[in-house]
Amino acid sequence: MSATTTRPRLHPAGGPLNRRRRPKAEPEGAPLLLGHGRLPKVLASGALIIFAALWLLPFVWAIATSFQQEQDVAKPGLNPIKGALTLEPYRVILERGNVPVWAFNSILIAVLVTVITIAISTLAAYGLSRGTFRGRKLLLALTVSSIMVPPQLLIVPLFQEMLAFNLVDTYWAVILPQVVAPMMVFILKRFFDGIPRELEEAARIDGASDLRVFWSIVLPLSRPIVAAVSVFVFIGAWNNFMWPYIVTNDPALMTLPVGLATVKDAYGVVYAQSMASALLAAAPLIIVFLFFQRRIVKSVATTGLGGT
Amino acid sequence: MSTTTSRANATEDDGTPASRPTPKPVAVERRTRSTGWLFVLPFALAFGLFMVWPIVQGLWMSFTDESLTLNGTDFVGFDNYAEAFGDPDVWSSLGNTVFFTVITVVPLVVVALGMALLVHSGLAGQWVWRLAYFAPYLLPVTVVTLIWQWLYQPDLGMANQLLDTLGMEPIGWLSDEKFAMWSIAALTVWWTVGFNFLLYLAALQSIPDQLYEAAALDGAGAWRRLFSVTLPQLSRTTALVGMLQVLASLKVFDQIFILTKGGPNNSTRPILEYIYDVGFTGYRLGYASAISYLFFALIIIISIAQLRFFPRQEG
Repeated sequence: MSATTTRPRLHPAGGPLNRRRRPKAEPEGAPLLLGHGRLPKVLASGALIIFAALWLLPFVWAIATSFQQEQDVAKPGLNPIKGALTLEPYRVILERGNVPVWAFNSILIAVLVTVITIAISTLAAYGLSRGTFRGRKLLLALTVSSIMVPPQLLIVPLFQEMLAFNLVDTYWAVILPQVVAPMMVFILKRFFDGIPRELEEAARIDGASDLRVFWSIVLPLSRPIVAAVSVFVFIGAWNNFMWPYIVTNDPALMTLPVGLATVKDAYGVVYAQSMASALLAAAPLIIVFLFFQRRIVKSVATTGLGGT
Repeated sequence: MSTTTSRANATEDDGTPASRPTPKPVAVERRTRSTGWLFVLPFALAFGLFMVWPIVQGLWMSFTDESLTLNGTDFVGFDNYAEAFGDPDVWSSLGNTVFFTVITVVPLVVVALGMALLVHSGLAGQWVWRLAYFAPYLLPVTVVTLIWQWLYQPDLGMANQLLDTLGMEPIGWLSDEKFAMWSIAALTVWWTVGFNFLLYLAALQSIPDQLYEAAALDGAGAWRRLFSVTLPQLSRTTALVGMLQVLASLKVFDQIFILTKGGPNNSTRPILEYIYDVGFTGYRLGYASAISYLFFALIIIISIAQLRFFPRQEG
């Protein structure tokens, strides 16, 4: 880190030395960030590896612990593998049965939240982008300013609302408040604003309805951004803790994050088991990311969040 | 668009045929005026029910003595707000929130930038680095706290085993007032830096190669390119990342709630935890709402200040 950004060094301003070797050295798409000597590459690789090691270390420690017998975990030492490897902690967790139920709830809830959010948000974003109905500006202003509202502000009144609707301890109580995603509406609206209207007008002249235009022209053009927004909504719903924690008391309805929080104290000193359940909860999203990471990075760019 | 016979038409067509004779722009105008609101309706309903109404309800509550234990609620005017300004716990927990924000924002921006620059420099094994840096962001908070509770565990955890190996005294990472907030900050940086990293990486990938080529032709070396091309091109992203991060850090709650419940001795209790304590543990919903709204006002003020500070270029 410090090697690349914080120590500006005087550099022989692009002496012939630098230019000479350019054509061959760069791997595909290499952005010419590094110089062409050996040293910068070695330093950069070193920094990359150190960071990666630091960031992976907690995982390594947790994974190693999760494959140990509890009595081995209790031995001191810096080597996390303190005895024979075993699947025992995973067997105990899976037999107890809570984690699979919570995983199912998490998947169900995250999928429903994502589908509903995407449906109402894309429609709303399109309406806000193209519509001329009265109150459009007001709705837009309210939506944008609500991005700043800390979710904790809403918890008590939302809980009372759910009591009034008789929804506490149901999937819907967990799902409904999460489908309001003003940030996503805003991102989508900005994207729709950028789509040239000529395409839509041509279709309208051919007699297509607004919904038809939206479905057959606008949405297909927006596939990358919709994918990106879906990814973030899904991650958010999958990881959401506070609201599901407050609105579900029935262990059969809990999501993974909530369920893990309730058994944390019950685990006591069984660290191998708690690491095993943590890793089981972590695995699905990490595996998904493994497969789609290239697309996810791209999709961040397309949301305009990271764009220059 | 020749096939217009789907259910789209069934729901949308209100009997008015696409008015061909009318000049084009007018036709478009009229059609959107009549149907635009249908598009926003589902969202507007949910938004009203689950955002606007709770906000209004909470605001009303902040002017009452609403409580989980009392029946009957009285209007108390600005009493709750007056009480909040004189409540030392409000100030100390707000202080904790600000402290947490100060010690997390800088590393979360700088480390993310450094990681993105390193990964983007074209060295082999891109996917490994991306995965390593971003993976923690994918974890639910309870998984993060489970793992770090184990790392910080006083007798057997990795952190103290490491100190022991180095011949140092063990530290109460989460139980010592001097260290607890720093321990939580470290965990937070590890957990959330991946998002900022991804924002920077995406921004780096959108810098046109020609800029670098031009700079190289002009004889700019690697450092020169970094400071004259890369960093200036990233300035908008940095402003955005910084802003989002300040707001995110101010809202810190979940990991502290799970790990220390604000302890030891309230040294890690952020303002949102105090609000939770007042509302759910102390049952004083009215007072808790008043503090929430003061905090919300503070967030709005900070956001406006930031927007002024980084004038927004429309892209």
